Amino acid sequence: MTEGNGQRGNGQPTGVPVELSKKDFVSDQEPRWCPGCGDYAILSTVQGFLPELGVPTHKMVWVAGIGCSGRFAYYVDTYGVHGIHGRAPALATGIATARPDLTVWVVTGDGDGLSIGGNHLIHALRRNVDLKILLFNNQIYGLTKGQYSPTSEEGKVTKSTPFGSLDHPFNPVALAIGAEAAFVARTIDNDRQHFTEVLRAAANHTGAAFIEIYQNCNVFNDGAFAAVRDKQHGAQRNQIRLEHGKPIRFGEQGEKGVVQKSDGSLEIVDVEAAGEDALLVHDAHRENPALAFSLAQLAHQPTGPTPIGVFRDVRRPVYGEAMDQQLEMAAQKMGRGDLGKLLHAGDTWTVE
Amino acid sequence: MAQKAVEERERVVIRFAGDSGDGMQLTGDRFTNATAMIGNDLATLPDFPAEIRAPAGTLHGVSAFQIHFASADILTPGDQPNVLVAMNPAALKVNLDDVAKGGIVIANEDGFTDRNLEKAGYESNPLEDGSLDEFHLYKVPMTTITVRALDGIGGVTKKEAERSKNFFALGLLSWMYGRPTEVTERWIERKFASKEAIRDANLAAFRAGYNFGETTEIFAVHYEVKPAPAEPGTYRNINGATATAYGLVAASARSGLPLFYASYPITPASELLHELSKHKNFDVRTFQAEDEIAAANMALGAAFAGHLGVTGTSGPGLDLKAETLGLAVALELPMVIVDVQRAGPSTGMPTKTEAADLLLAMYGRHGESPLPIVAAYTPSSCFDAALEAARIAVTYRTPVILLTDTFLANSSEPWRLPAVEDLPSIDPSFAERPNMGTEFLPYLRDENLARPWAVPGTEGLEHRIGGLEKEADSTGNISYDAQNHQWATDLRTAKVLKVADEIPPLEVDDPSGEAEMLILGWGSTYGAIRVAVNRVRDRGKHVARVHLYHMNPLPKDLGEILRRYRTVLVPEMNTGQLVKLVRAEYLVDAQVFSKVQGQPIFAEELEEEIIRRMA
Repeated sequence: MTEGNGQRGNGQPTGVPVELSKKDFVSDQEPRWCPGCGDYAILSTVQGFLPELGVPTHKMVWVAGIGCSGRFAYYVDTYGVHGIHGRAPALATGIATARPDLTVWVVTGDGDGLSIGGNHLIHALRRNVDLKILLFNNQIYGLTKGQYSPTSEEGKVTKSTPFGSLDHPFNPVALAIGAEAAFVARTIDNDRQHFTEVLRAAANHTGAAFIEIYQNCNVFNDGAFAAVRDKQHGAQRNQIRLEHGKPIRFGEQGEKGVVQKSDGSLEIVDVEAAGEDALLVHDAHRENPALAFSLAQLAHQPTGPTPIGVFRDVRRPVYGEAMDQQLEMAAQKMGRGDLGKLLHAGDTWTVE
Repeated sequence: MAQKAVEERERVVIRFAGDSGDGMQLTGDRFTNATAMIGNDLATLPDFPAEIRAPAGTLHGVSAFQIHFASADILTPGDQPNVLVAMNPAALKVNLDDVAKGGIVIANEDGFTDRNLEKAGYESNPLEDGSLDEFHLYKVPMTTITVRALDGIGGVTKKEAERSKNFFALGLLSWMYGRPTEVTERWIERKFASKEAIRDANLAAFRAGYNFGETTEIFAVHYEVKPAPAEPGTYRNINGATATAYGLVAASARSGLPLFYASYPITPASELLHELSKHKNFDVRTFQAEDEIAAANMALGAAFAGHLGVTGTSGPGLDLKAETLGLAVALELPMVIVDVQRAGPSTGMPTKTEAADLLLAMYGRHGESPLPIVAAYTPSSCFDAALEAARIAVTYRTPVILLTDTFLANSSEPWRLPAVEDLPSIDPSFAERPNMGTEFLPYLRDENLARPWAVPGTEGLEHRIGGLEKEADSTGNISYDAQNHQWATDLRTAKVLKVADEIPPLEVDDPSGEAEMLILGWGSTYGAIRVAVNRVRDRGKHVARVHLYHMNPLPKDLGEILRRYRTVLVPEMNTGQLVKLVRAEYLVDAQVFSKVQGQPIFAEELEEEIIRRMA
């Protein structure tokens, strides 16, 4: 019944063309998020994107943790598990390592993935388990009704921090790059086109892919990403759209750009003053993660110019594949396991 | 030279004790193997410190290995050694109290330097001051003779030569008790094949020890322990850790489910990870996870994906896995959790035994989250218990906790090898098609109240499951309905109780039928209880005995059995956890005999307790 490991499911077409449409990925469960929640847009974009992978619904698994994002697993009509708080990457690692033929997606949030489950996230990324991890970052605990999260800005006033938060926040992209994740990207819940492009790039990447999604919580943290998300707040000015092989420039007329200084750090400059040739050309495939990390640090919080897109996309050995190879090698070297022989191995004696 | 006298012994208990760097575990292991090969029945008990290399010569750096072997059926590693091999003063001091009066003490005289005496807290040398007059003391300058015997072997430093003294001790004891030398020599040759100098040194030291016994006049007699009668069959020696690992491999082979074992390093359960990681040619995936919680989740994820998901740990790790076990109860997926119990609370005594996680296994999760529990009772029974835990897990789609303990994991005994075809086969019976018209209901139940196991990759059975309360008899859809939760809770309880339908009747050991006292046991106290009960009977008293293997649900006939006896005594390596369970379940006034000293219960102390309570 369990299928063999011959076929990999890293999101790429499996060879057999499967005609799928968005509705194939819509389950019979009615989504129950607050009206206006960014999660609806994310669900719709994901369900709209999945058919193009050509992966049949029975070869796909969605795994989620706890929090508003956790409900996601019930709404995609594939195999799915809604686990416990923070542990989705570990649960998904078990699935993906046992069955490299499956396509496994993980949904987590800033509290789930970076606080209670931070350990599992970084270890899944460093191992390069073949998981596509979507982290819905809304900089707040929504399901528990509004406490500050590990991505909330310093001084944040919430129910649990009436005098302001003292915590220095994580920058999820920088954290993932620090864990040497092979694929790291950022996108925005309401930008369907950009989001779809990032999903496509992640799906085409073999191994762990991490996508931070700026997700607006209109009830407990409305407008947290306004500077990069909403047109009326200057999103066009602030989105630094990273594209592999292209000079990094942004602004309504492309008048701003990013240059690397002699000490290696990055700086935002006026293109006119600095000259086009001085602009840093984005190289997502660079082995050394230092430059990608510097890009992440350009905006520690999304209140001004902030890079979005694919920060890093490199090839590394994939965990599940490597384990299968080890099993195959063991079988070749030692012969397929024979239980009787195993029990009788070593010193035995016979009583007549 | 005159032939030395041979005296026959029915049983002998030897304890090898030295510094943790002296190689006593290895010495004990090799002696055990030679003993197994000549067909003595045997039981062993290693006892080592938690520190990898405690300061040399100190009391807390002492490492010991005890072996009990006999020409008759034996059940425990023995209460009191008849022979103590002490490589230094600390080893003597820590172990001497346990040695039977009149027993043999063989001391490495060279280890009793002023400095070592001082470190062990001796004011005068016990080898000289008459304090060992109650014992047969043999002073042997093992280090000196070993170094001399190795003279001329090229490439061996003096320090390395000194290190071979444990093989000298092994050789000497092999002579004293007539152990075959070929078994040990073959092993040395194999083990050190790539290090010629060390191989030759160890062989020379071993032979020197053997010859020393044979030729010097210090030892006037040596002993013979005849083979024990045993059922026909092929045997090997096995400890509980290896038996557990083999049981899991067997469960995989007998179910056709690939084994996925995830765990985080923890004493004493790491041995399971080490052992299983050797068997990747059995399609065994071993995963050293980032923490205990991850390990449990990975095993559960693998179970969802259609593998035999197993995680192993010891007490502190079981604490951490609790929430994941609750999830496994809600998901109703097969999973095995091995808990090699150790002394607590907290870090406690990581290398010492205890069996105090029974109530944790029963109740250590929030909400009502029942799961079946199986407890192994001898080292080799760990094999059957692992198979049984997997069988229950797969049949009933439930997490199952397998309890073993440090004593079982480390101690060894001869094991009559089962024929593979006689092992139970386990039917995963995956769901393959819709079960309600064209629909698939992931929580529709079979006659065991088990739900279908539909693994990803099966077309048309796509479904979502999670930790939220659900319609527990059909769709699995989220439900906060008041009556549904009552009903779902009752159902999960009923499912676990259903396992009892398959538990065979208990075997009550009450030969005369006149006993008024029943000894109720569980776990590794099995051997000690059997010996104690036999000795009480030898003293002309009647006592009955029954031992539990399934801890949850309890066997259906247990209540009736308990009520037959005026007194129920429960020996436990905790303060009375099974006592609490049977009192609550059966309103029986059971009493505990408790021992929590990091050591197994000994037959003699239990025998005396039984007699005392009969008075």
